[in-house]
Amino acid sequence: MLTIKRVPTVVSNYREDAPAEAAGCGRNCLGKCCLPVSKLPLYAFKEDPRSLISSSSSSPGEDEAPPADFFLHTLLLGQWEDRMSRGLFRYDVTACETKVIPGEHGFIAQLNEGRHLKKRPTEFRVDCVLQPFDPAKFNFTKVGQEEVLFRFEASGSHKSSFSERAPVDGTKAPNVLAINVSPIEYGHVLLIPRVLDCLPQRIDPESFLLAFHMAAEAASPYFRLGYNSLGAFATINHLHFQAYYLAVPFPVEKAPTQKIPLVEGESKSGVKVSKLLNYPVRGLVYEGGNTLKELSDVVANACICLQDNNIPFNVLISDAGRRIFLFPQCYAEKQALGEVSQELLDTQVNPAVWEISGHMVLKRKKDYEEASESYAWRLLAEVSLSEERFQEVKAYIFEATGLVEAEDKEVGKKESEEASCQSTPVGPPHFPEGCLVLH
Amino acid sequence: MASSDDRSALARSLTSRYSEWIAEALDELPECFLITDPAIPGHPIVFASRGFLAMSGYAMDEVLGRNGRIFQGPATDRRSVMEIREAVREERTVQISLLNYRRDGTPHWILFHMCPVFEAAGSGRVAHFLAVQVPVPPRSRARSRSRSRSRWCGGATGMMLRACRNELLMDEGLGCSRAEESFVEMPSGGVEAEEPPVATDCEKEKAVNAANSIVSTLNRYSKITGRVVCGKRCCPVGVPLLSSSLIISLGRIKQNFVLTDPHLPDMPIVYASDAFLTLTGYSRDEVLGRNCRFLNGPGTSLEVLKEIKDSICAGQACSVRLLNYRKDASSFWNLLHISPIRDASGKIAFYVGVQLEEGLKCSYNGLSPEMWQLGAVGAVKVAVRGSSLSAGPSRPSS
Repeated sequence: MLTIKRVPTVVSNYREDAPAEAAGCGRNCLGKCCLPVSKLPLYAFKEDPRSLISSSSSSPGEDEAPPADFFLHTLLLGQWEDRMSRGLFRYDVTACETKVIPGEHGFIAQLNEGRHLKKRPTEFRVDCVLQPFDPAKFNFTKVGQEEVLFRFEASGSHKSSFSERAPVDGTKAPNVLAINVSPIEYGHVLLIPRVLDCLPQRIDPESFLLAFHMAAEAASPYFRLGYNSLGAFATINHLHFQAYYLAVPFPVEKAPTQKIPLVEGESKSGVKVSKLLNYPVRGLVYEGGNTLKELSDVVANACICLQDNNIPFNVLISDAGRRIFLFPQCYAEKQALGEVSQELLDTQVNPAVWEISGHMVLKRKKDYEEASESYAWRLLAEVSLSEERFQEVKAYIFEATGLVEAEDKEVGKKESEEASCQSTPVGPPHFPEGCLVLH
Repeated sequence: MASSDDRSALARSLTSRYSEWIAEALDELPECFLITDPAIPGHPIVFASRGFLAMSGYAMDEVLGRNGRIFQGPATDRRSVMEIREAVREERTVQISLLNYRRDGTPHWILFHMCPVFEAAGSGRVAHFLAVQVPVPPRSRARSRSRSRSRWCGGATGMMLRACRNELLMDEGLGCSRAEESFVEMPSGGVEAEEPPVATDCEKEKAVNAANSIVSTLNRYSKITGRVVCGKRCCPVGVPLLSSSLIISLGRIKQNFVLTDPHLPDMPIVYASDAFLTLTGYSRDEVLGRNCRFLNGPGTSLEVLKEIKDSICAGQACSVRLLNYRKDASSFWNLLHISPIRDASGKIAFYVGVQLEEGLKCSYNGLSPEMWQLGAVGAVKVAVRGSSLSAGPSRPSS
């Protein structure tokens, strides 16, 4: 078993010894005791907004759906500001200094001395991307309802709607949006699909599509969602996506990409796949698709392929759900094997989805002041798979998602034959079995 | 479509700076171009040239007041869109190949050249953005693309399509290019998008020359009103104004609010939302640069004013109920929320004051008025933090 010692970030104010006050179990939590009897605000999102946009058939006659910017600008930010005024966050993230590191890529650095809780590090198993849900560990059913901004459910119609108090329908497990009490930017929230179902951190097509719907409802290029698998710096094994608002482009969004030519006919959905160029972490970029679901399903299947093959990964849902970045990674493995330099370890930056996308949260003033593009590059380069391994992993993903890469004429024949023979199951990741490494 | 009020605001954007004759002068220019005003909420188009309308198939009425993104479509490259967005934010020139869509839904490649037009005096802010569009005919791509096309079409169909295409390419310039594109486009829904055409040096030069000539026209006409513009950023004198990227972001926020700058003497208003102007009856020019106290009058509680002052001194938010007056001297109870707004350095850059008229029946889409108000605070915080973080040249952090 490979493990590393980690100081997990406190994402909720939950405490074992919290005083009882309300109905249910008394803590007014998100568990089976309290949530079904709650009346949280409900945001019901419309069906596939992309097909609506393309047909552009808005029907002004019908009574008002909220305006396009309502979800993000009014509801989410208003609720978040409200929780801030109630003092639910551990610090005011807008008081944290942030800068763009000079250089070609524009990495963003934030100094956040408050996020790092002085708490005994716990041991994290990092060699296993899929682990069963453990009700004994921290999970979101223990969070207080005051940390929930609203529920996020399908409206079942072509219109979104909002109601401030909505009884929970007992038959369906609600999706909730909760604050992260240790935010890394304004509006930092956690989307927890079907919270009562206690799903482990594992991508499934339905939950992934839910995250896409949130990106589409927010409709802003500056509100992105992210996902970390276990082994790629997820700290809680209870299915969740993160999101926050930062009104600058991320370096990864600016990186050039090269389209991977696909054998036509295979890609009826019109999903385009590219690979990132000139970026320290190798990754795939997914775009296009005729509907949200088409794009979401292709990427979800890629994620499922990775987790089934025990390859840790991070996902960035960018540009309101129009561009998705997928990064298989190996940092934790390297860290556990003692292959990461002490200099990088000392900064205690965990390269999860935001860091990989180019937004670095630094815990020490010295690191912040000295942060340079070459430091950011070196750190992220450690996260990346090698070119050889990346090609291997890409081949698994393509096979799993039914995409066939069209090769150049000359080389093409040989490689596509090779690829079509590639039906043997994927080999185990490069960990020695039963090895325990602690720092 | 835009209301007549909006329409006149769009017209004023040009005439107040370039005189009444500007539209006529711009109409005589043969180039395809758009002019947009970042100071109007939504960053709308305030002028579209005849050449542009002919190329895009839109009528003037259909584009005025709209944002330039209406010409983008499903196959428009998202990264290119981001590059343009960032150039706007950073107030700089950008030249990029872009797949735009005509009114009838057919896509076409253009060389998009956008540049800011600056005020020559005063604040030196961006008065307008000018976007020149040079159509890039598909001929430059024909050779390199035939292979991928046949791969896509497969077999005989591919051969046929390719043959048709080449024939049509020869007809290019005879008005057949549209037919050609729609013919080739239809089945794939985006093949054209995959390989951006390489604009020739000649086309690039054409775009630059067009931009220069239009800016010089704008410069000439701006001398009539005395509010001179130019293509180069001039050093701002006096009060540093908000960057156009911040103004664009703030323009999207619908609530009643003002931003005040605590670092300037007497804490003047540096931004007022349209809704605030509607609520109070003042024009923007009448409120910018003034302290908010002009809203007070007989019966305004001194105690509450003291409470506000104390909160601001302590760098804290507060919610109060205050008797305020409109320009027409009518009064209203203002449920005012004031909050410090920090920039990227983490320091307080502004205070936002969000007004809510007590007792006003208004739809907040199911939200409580208080939450609606806090939404504006959150949106302003994000806008200020983001715009002060950009590497853009405006407003160096003090």
